[in-house]
Amino acid sequence: MAEPARARPKPTPETQHFWDGTQAGELRLQRCDACANVYFPPRPFCPSCASRKVSVFKASGKGKLYSYVINHRPAAPGFTPPYAIAVVELDEGPRMMSNIIDCPQTPEALELDMKLEVAFEKLDDKITLPMFRPAKG
Amino acid sequence: MRKKQVAIVGAAETTELGVIPNMSQIQLHADAALNAIADAGLKLSDIDGIATAVETPQQIAHYLGITPTWVDGTSVGGCSFMLHVRHAAAAIEAGLCKTVLITHAESGKSMIGKLPRSIPADSLQGQFEAPFGVYGPPSMFPIPVLRFMKTYGITHEQLAMVAVVQREWAAKNPRAMMKEPITVADVLNSRMIAYPFRLLQCCLVTDGGGALILTSADRAKDFPNKPVYILGTGESVETPMVSQMETFNSSRAFKVAGPTAFKEAGIAHKDVDHVMIYDAFAHLPLYGLGDLGFMPHEETGKFIADGHTRPGGKLPLNTNGGGLSYMHSGMYGMYALQESVRQMRGIAPAQVPNAKISVCHGVGGMFAASGTIIFTNER
Repeated sequence: MAEPARARPKPTPETQHFWDGTQAGELRLQRCDACANVYFPPRPFCPSCASRKVSVFKASGKGKLYSYVINHRPAAPGFTPPYAIAVVELDEGPRMMSNIIDCPQTPEALELDMKLEVAFEKLDDKITLPMFRPAKG
Repeated sequence: MRKKQVAIVGAAETTELGVIPNMSQIQLHADAALNAIADAGLKLSDIDGIATAVETPQQIAHYLGITPTWVDGTSVGGCSFMLHVRHAAAAIEAGLCKTVLITHAESGKSMIGKLPRSIPADSLQGQFEAPFGVYGPPSMFPIPVLRFMKTYGITHEQLAMVAVVQREWAAKNPRAMMKEPITVADVLNSRMIAYPFRLLQCCLVTDGGGALILTSADRAKDFPNKPVYILGTGESVETPMVSQMETFNSSRAFKVAGPTAFKEAGIAHKDVDHVMIYDAFAHLPLYGLGDLGFMPHEETGKFIADGHTRPGGKLPLNTNGGGLSYMHSGMYGMYALQESVRQMRGIAPAQVPNAKISVCHGVGGMFAASGTIIFTNER
């Protein structure tokens, strides 16, 4: 029997650009053309001023560790506990949930506000997930 | 909404709480409803308004044989019942109905007749949270707490004291699931669930239910039990995605619902005799005390650790033992309301002497929604 798989995101028309971006190795955010608000998760209008004139752009992929838990139990399918579930504050402002890779999953190693950079992990042929690792240098 | 125009005239929990393997979820609703109707001295045919969450109002109305003229199916998580109380009070005042029944029940432990909760893969949660390993409330609800602790200098020991103090209240309550005294060391040595939270900082998983009956204050004096008047109400929602909260240093939904209720009640914090703050996890009372304006957030951990919320303390909090020690079937808001009503009636197992004003604050989802009800037993 196959190993239970990690929950797989299913893009919608409004989020397709984000998932196309991760496939192409880019973290894509949206910016309002009217008020310059940068926001996430994706939607085709600005949640701050309601303008429908918004643009997709490639984000820096840099951020810092805002908060996290280290989940022990119950573990989600496809995960081996303990594993950290993190919220990353991107340099552009929005926050997103992710996992921290290339780092021990311990309170000592996972320091709040540590600098992070995006890393892309292929889930299958169609979906690549945005992960984060401690920033180099 | 005007103050003290509507009252709770019936309140009851299911006959049993805890593990109830001989009853389905809908029957737990009925058991609580029939107990509340008996408590109010009413007949089912007297009920003309119905509200419930998760289960639909039509399921409960049909099962009980009720024909309502007013219906509320607001389902925003564990504080749904606070919102039902608020909506019902407005409906009674507006003349849409006279006597409202609010029910909650969940076969949270035995899982009999309970629909599974699932997150669609194409929802925003399914795309932007589920792939990163969130799996049920213990993996999600504590995500903000490390940031909260760093911002305000809250310690692990203070967060352990939340569980210790609530166990002291539970010890006085024969219906509490967990009554054995615990220490800070017990909490900090209990099994790790999702760092920084351990087993004793996470709510119980049980079966049970509760129901409330509301009517106008003018009619309320004719009922068998002491009426409990609604003094102030508030509600709000923020986001179903914990990762997308405006800040982890407070809950926007709390900061809207709580102060709205205080303003409506026209009371100051020093007037409050008794507080319930929905404690799905140990950090919630700290967020609640801060966001509702009882004190600055940075003082909340010390306030609890210093014993001010324990039996005999100046601000009795979660006097039934809370979701951590009393019971938690999945949507605990109903049990917080039941305890506030018992305190206002003067019949709680751990009664606060001469309590006249009770604040009951609920959370829905992972800080997704909030409702606050302020009660008084004085007309």
